[in-house]
Amino acid sequence: MKKTLFDKVWDAHVVEQVDGGPNALYIDRHFIHEVTSPVAFGGLEKRGLKVFRPEKTTATPDHNIPTINQHLPIADQLSQNQVDTLTANCEKHGINLYGLNHKWNGIVHVIGPELGLTTPGMTIVCGDSHTSTHGAFGAIAFGIGTSEVEMVLASQCILQPKPKKMLITVNGDLKPGVTSKDIVLYIISKISTSGGTGHFIEFAGDTIEKLSMEARMTICNMSIECGARGGMIAPDETTFEYVKDREFSPQGEEWDKAVAYWKTLKTDEGAVFDTEYHYDAADIEPMITYGTNPGMGMKVTETVPTGEELKGNDKVSFDKSLDYMGLEGGKAIEGKAIDYVFVGSCTNGRIEDLRSFAQFVKGKKKAEDVVAWIVPGSKQVEKQAIEEGLVTILEEAGFVMRQPGCSACLAMNDDKVPAGKYAVSTSNRNFEGRQGPGARTMLASPLVAAAAAITGKITDPRDLL
Amino acid sequence: MPIDKFKKIQTPAVPLPIENVDTDQIIPARFLKAVERKGFGDNLFRDWRYNKKDEPIVDFVLNQSKFSGQILVGGKNFGSGSSREHAAWSIYDYGFRVVVSSFFADIFKGNALNNGLLPVQVSEEFLEEVFAQIEKDPTSTFSVDLVEQTFVIDATGSSFSFEINSYKKQCLLNGYDDIDFLVSRHEKIAAYEEQ
Repeated sequence: MKKTLFDKVWDAHVVEQVDGGPNALYIDRHFIHEVTSPVAFGGLEKRGLKVFRPEKTTATPDHNIPTINQHLPIADQLSQNQVDTLTANCEKHGINLYGLNHKWNGIVHVIGPELGLTTPGMTIVCGDSHTSTHGAFGAIAFGIGTSEVEMVLASQCILQPKPKKMLITVNGDLKPGVTSKDIVLYIISKISTSGGTGHFIEFAGDTIEKLSMEARMTICNMSIECGARGGMIAPDETTFEYVKDREFSPQGEEWDKAVAYWKTLKTDEGAVFDTEYHYDAADIEPMITYGTNPGMGMKVTETVPTGEELKGNDKVSFDKSLDYMGLEGGKAIEGKAIDYVFVGSCTNGRIEDLRSFAQFVKGKKKAEDVVAWIVPGSKQVEKQAIEEGLVTILEEAGFVMRQPGCSACLAMNDDKVPAGKYAVSTSNRNFEGRQGPGARTMLASPLVAAAAAITGKITDPRDLL
Repeated sequence: MPIDKFKKIQTPAVPLPIENVDTDQIIPARFLKAVERKGFGDNLFRDWRYNKKDEPIVDFVLNQSKFSGQILVGGKNFGSGSSREHAAWSIYDYGFRVVVSSFFADIFKGNALNNGLLPVQVSEEFLEEVFAQIEKDPTSTFSVDLVEQTFVIDATGSSFSFEINSYKKQCLLNGYDDIDFLVSRHEKIAAYEEQ
């Protein structure tokens, strides 16, 4: 039978087909963090169970940690308690932990790939929906709930029904100033936040193939935002080159064996998907969101939609969203004054994102009224940004680089956007209150964020290139 | 831990006719800092339920005494967003046992099932019927029977047969959870690892 990339990886991990539905799926790599793991460890304790395969789990605190003064105790007692609980659980169960200030600490979906813990053909889970990021390597990676974290700790398996398969292709050359973030915001604006529900996506096409690993990760990261369990991209030379010689990647003979297997991980000619969408790269322009879910995206140069074609609850929800955002349908979004810029997160907190932002702001000055948070995705990204001179460029333009963490993406720490203020954010979610109660989030690429940071308003970055 | 067995229920329902209710609305991230599973019901829909001074927002359904019951009825694409199981915990801890919508986000649905909270997916038309019945009479009741897989608008007798994975159905009816099952498979899992 012709198999898709997804079928090949999934089928290789089925331990048992359970009567009445789900598969017991073996998990190769499990990542945990401080927020969604404590109750899972508590559950193990109550059952008197040990961690079944502690060497297959890796831990890092990232969600609630401050992004300044990380050498000091965390002022928020509840956050400190969660971080301490993670540390104690890892010590007790023999799990590798890259704690605060460790040279490998960072956002879980940034450190996995950069340490070579993420490789093609793996099954990867974490109690975080953006685990889909790792799919960029041709892995099946998806977010799970805390009960499932406990399942993996207890058995290295998870019970899952096999999702449907979706193919999304993008072909053609991207226009200058258009990045992978624009690609994914464009796709979600087309298929909506529920268009991928019940599916696992494979992204393909020559536009995708030409992207770097960082850019591919941005796309797979946001596959969850169209409702899909995850997204994946067939591994190729770009993938192998990225994975080679990283801390935990296979070495020597093991490497050759691994690459030979990874080369088989592609969809067979003639394999069938349940759903397909095809896009032309030439139609994609710099994007920004205007509403309160990631599907409410538009070209920076367009006018805000009016929603006049919607009816009933659809229209009520649309109007509620525009009202929250303080935007009016039919008006241009370009020129709208903004207050905050956030560059970072598991979506756009990698070195390539910082490079793109820094190159853009080089020789320019940050708008005086804008508060900008530039947050590297990991300690390694931070180190590289310093070594490459990016931090110097940023500082000359009036920006300060903070310390790594999830930061303002979900505002569990102090990096909160005040009520009513507008933030252009390179993160993944623009839900009501996501970046702080009442905060108004507009999702965009690092380039669109950079243009807004310089002018103080929504700006087409191509005007300043 | 073993979950509570799901029993047949007959109660009024609370309407939330908003689409794309995401997990950040169900429970905002700043309330995820507990290390134990308790008290999450207090912060269910926190920012829709209370203003900045922590005073109840009178218009919100959970603050209106005319609405009650163990069934929450939401607009389509309920539970989108984050994988936080705290969303399912907070709905359950508040006292709901069933969530009805025309469409659920995948992770939320799985989390709900793992915690004894039954997600009932109905057609858009039936969902409209349910909303209309609650609007007509907030005290009217609905019956949910998991064995028969039916959701009934008692006042009109209108019934919807919902789907559920048969394995998950047995788990809910018997109070089993997946962890007991998987732990019983340790030998088989070890054998897989040897392959």
